[in-house]
Amino acid sequence: MVDQFLWVIFPYICIAVFVVGHILRYRTDKFHWTAKSSEFIEKKQLMVGSLLFHLGIIPVILGHISGLGIPKEWMRALGVNDHMYHLGAIWIGGFFGFVTLLGMFILTFRRFSIKAVRKLSSASDMVVNTLLLIIVFMGMYATIVTNAVNPAFDYRDTISVWFRDLFLLRPDPSYMMGVPVSFQIHILAAFLIFALWPFTRLVHVWSVPLSYVGRSYILYRRHKVN
Amino acid sequence: MKIKAQIAMVMNLDKCIGCHTCSVTCKTTWTNRKGAEYMWFNNVETKPGIGYPKRWEDQEVYKGGWQLRNGNLELKSGNRLSKVALGKIFYNPDMPEMRDFYEPWTYNYDHLVTAGEGEHPPVARAYSAVTGEKMDLEWGSNWEDDLAGADVTGPQDPNIQKIEEEIKFNFEKSFMIYLPRLCEHCLNPSCVASCPAGAIYKRDEDGIVLVDQEACRSWRYCTTGCPYKKVYFNWQTNKAEKCTFCFPRIEEGLPTVCSETCTGRIRYLGVLLYDADRVLEAASTPDEKDLYRAQCALFMDPHDPEVIEQARRDGITEDWIEAAQNSPVYKLAIEHQLAFPLHPEYRTLPMVWYVPPLSPIMNYFEGKDSIKNPDMIFPAIEEMRTPIQYLANMLTAGDTETVKGSLQRMAMMRQYMRALSSGKEFDESRLERVGLTALQTEEMYRLLAIAKYDDRFVIPTSHKENRMNTYDMQGSAGFGGDTMGLGAMGTGGAGCDGCGPASPGAGTATKTGKEIYEENFYGGIWRD
Repeated sequence: MVDQFLWVIFPYICIAVFVVGHILRYRTDKFHWTAKSSEFIEKKQLMVGSLLFHLGIIPVILGHISGLGIPKEWMRALGVNDHMYHLGAIWIGGFFGFVTLLGMFILTFRRFSIKAVRKLSSASDMVVNTLLLIIVFMGMYATIVTNAVNPAFDYRDTISVWFRDLFLLRPDPSYMMGVPVSFQIHILAAFLIFALWPFTRLVHVWSVPLSYVGRSYILYRRHKVN
Repeated sequence: MKIKAQIAMVMNLDKCIGCHTCSVTCKTTWTNRKGAEYMWFNNVETKPGIGYPKRWEDQEVYKGGWQLRNGNLELKSGNRLSKVALGKIFYNPDMPEMRDFYEPWTYNYDHLVTAGEGEHPPVARAYSAVTGEKMDLEWGSNWEDDLAGADVTGPQDPNIQKIEEEIKFNFEKSFMIYLPRLCEHCLNPSCVASCPAGAIYKRDEDGIVLVDQEACRSWRYCTTGCPYKKVYFNWQTNKAEKCTFCFPRIEEGLPTVCSETCTGRIRYLGVLLYDADRVLEAASTPDEKDLYRAQCALFMDPHDPEVIEQARRDGITEDWIEAAQNSPVYKLAIEHQLAFPLHPEYRTLPMVWYVPPLSPIMNYFEGKDSIKNPDMIFPAIEEMRTPIQYLANMLTAGDTETVKGSLQRMAMMRQYMRALSSGKEFDESRLERVGLTALQTEEMYRLLAIAKYDDRFVIPTSHKENRMNTYDMQGSAGFGGDTMGLGAMGTGGAGCDGCGPASPGAGTATKTGKEIYEENFYGGIWRD
């Protein structure tokens, strides 16, 4: 029953809130849809923290997509055997994970320790910050410690299959039964942040201004003539 | 050729008395909100000085405006790709911080009326508007008013540092001028170009540059991009805000609040017609000193039948063409060439123009010790108390001849009008030496000295009837109204906190008139 909730109902609730929440937020509250930068208030710690975190999290997300989204067999067909994959996940993933963790740690420290930044932080900023720190920490812990302690465990045979099945609408909590606790916490916290996502500053991710690169510099706007 | 219309401003620095009325009325209209306390859409600086934010004219630090790279115009802070791809979006290295402006504060006024009996009268202390903590005041937007501390800050003024000969800041040689500053509503705005979200735009019909509050995503490049540091970051809403050129007033044919309330009547507003197809070309002029002329060449003669024909084809209405013909800005800046854009070397083609100040020199001619030989005017301008080179560094990228021409025309105008009104002889050929005719000179005089309201402000109304049902829209424009594009400024709509004094109209249903009076008035003073 608990398993059914944790690994089927809860993830689906989070995904639903994520999708519906974004639509609602975008339609009703474009004004607060921002990156909520606090660089204006404090710049030095932000430089280190923000650069480390953002430059770390992008490869980390790509790593998650390849680890969770691409089945083991496909990976082998591409010529990546299990050993190669494992080395990549530990060393490349570990490196960028560490960069992300360090950045997140500095950002969290900054948010709580610098008075002006703390005063301008909403509860949602604090929660997002803390939750992200926990997620990244647990991810690193699972990658480095759990993998070393429990080398027989292969998340590509369990978590990845469960994860893909969620999206294929044939959820099966049994895959998650024997998964180490560190992975479980990482996953549940991650689903939680996806549910919070549309209501926090994280929405800025969807506003990455890629179209700016090809845009003309000067913009004119004209009223629509009836 | 593609003709567009721009509402532009001229300020006659000769008459600015530095009273800050423009700044105060602007602030009470637009920026008396939380997060906006430190913003002065309009501020008046005493020059020489480092200004607000500190040393804003130093583009080697702030990286505002444009520069030429291999002959091509490029943002000084880096091209589009570098902003998105190089991680600058996560941390903008060139962004000004609050400390470059100043930390806003308020006072604990309550203490003055609630303090217990004591040996000394109670004192209101300064508290930071950001952290709420007590603070020592060390800097503000107007810290250098009337040369306060100029012996320290004056030598750091970038315009002073560009003067090759040494200027000593001793009391005998001191000079000062006032420089009211607001958004320049540039023809080639680098803030617009800097915004990755496309939230800042130039209005097609009148050239006013605005920030779409709904589209701003807090990427902050505009604050770097604007070389005048006139795009501000609201630390409460995390959105960019800037001078709106009081567009709700302009649309109704009214002058901006700063212009309307200017006690010295130094401000002029009018329409300029320009060729939008040649803006990039003009901004890319290789030699900085030619930028002023290149910009002037963009403006079309509104009396030329061909220009009128083209303007009609480009959708400019008859009343706007007529306004362009009567534009005081066209007369002062283009016809008489008295006014100059501020720092043309930033290549933004700014549209707030300045008539350089002449006053200190005129004692030489008009005072007790006036010199008999009127032609002394030419050498005297060279030795003006305010160094010509200083004015030129601000207004013409260092070209002294151009500034000198303007000062000479104004000095000649004064001599001519003095002769005329005192019934003395005046050799009109002297006017020709500075490129003036008698008629032109009198027109200049009327515009600069008499400065009637209707001559200063020639603003055509916007044609809202083409785009909205004005009957239905009655009462919907105003602060916080959704039709302004500023709908969500503050906390949005009618819920805007601190958008001015609490109006007796709001939330009064349950209160009696006496209660409202007692809440809002104290000793006859309106409390907000």
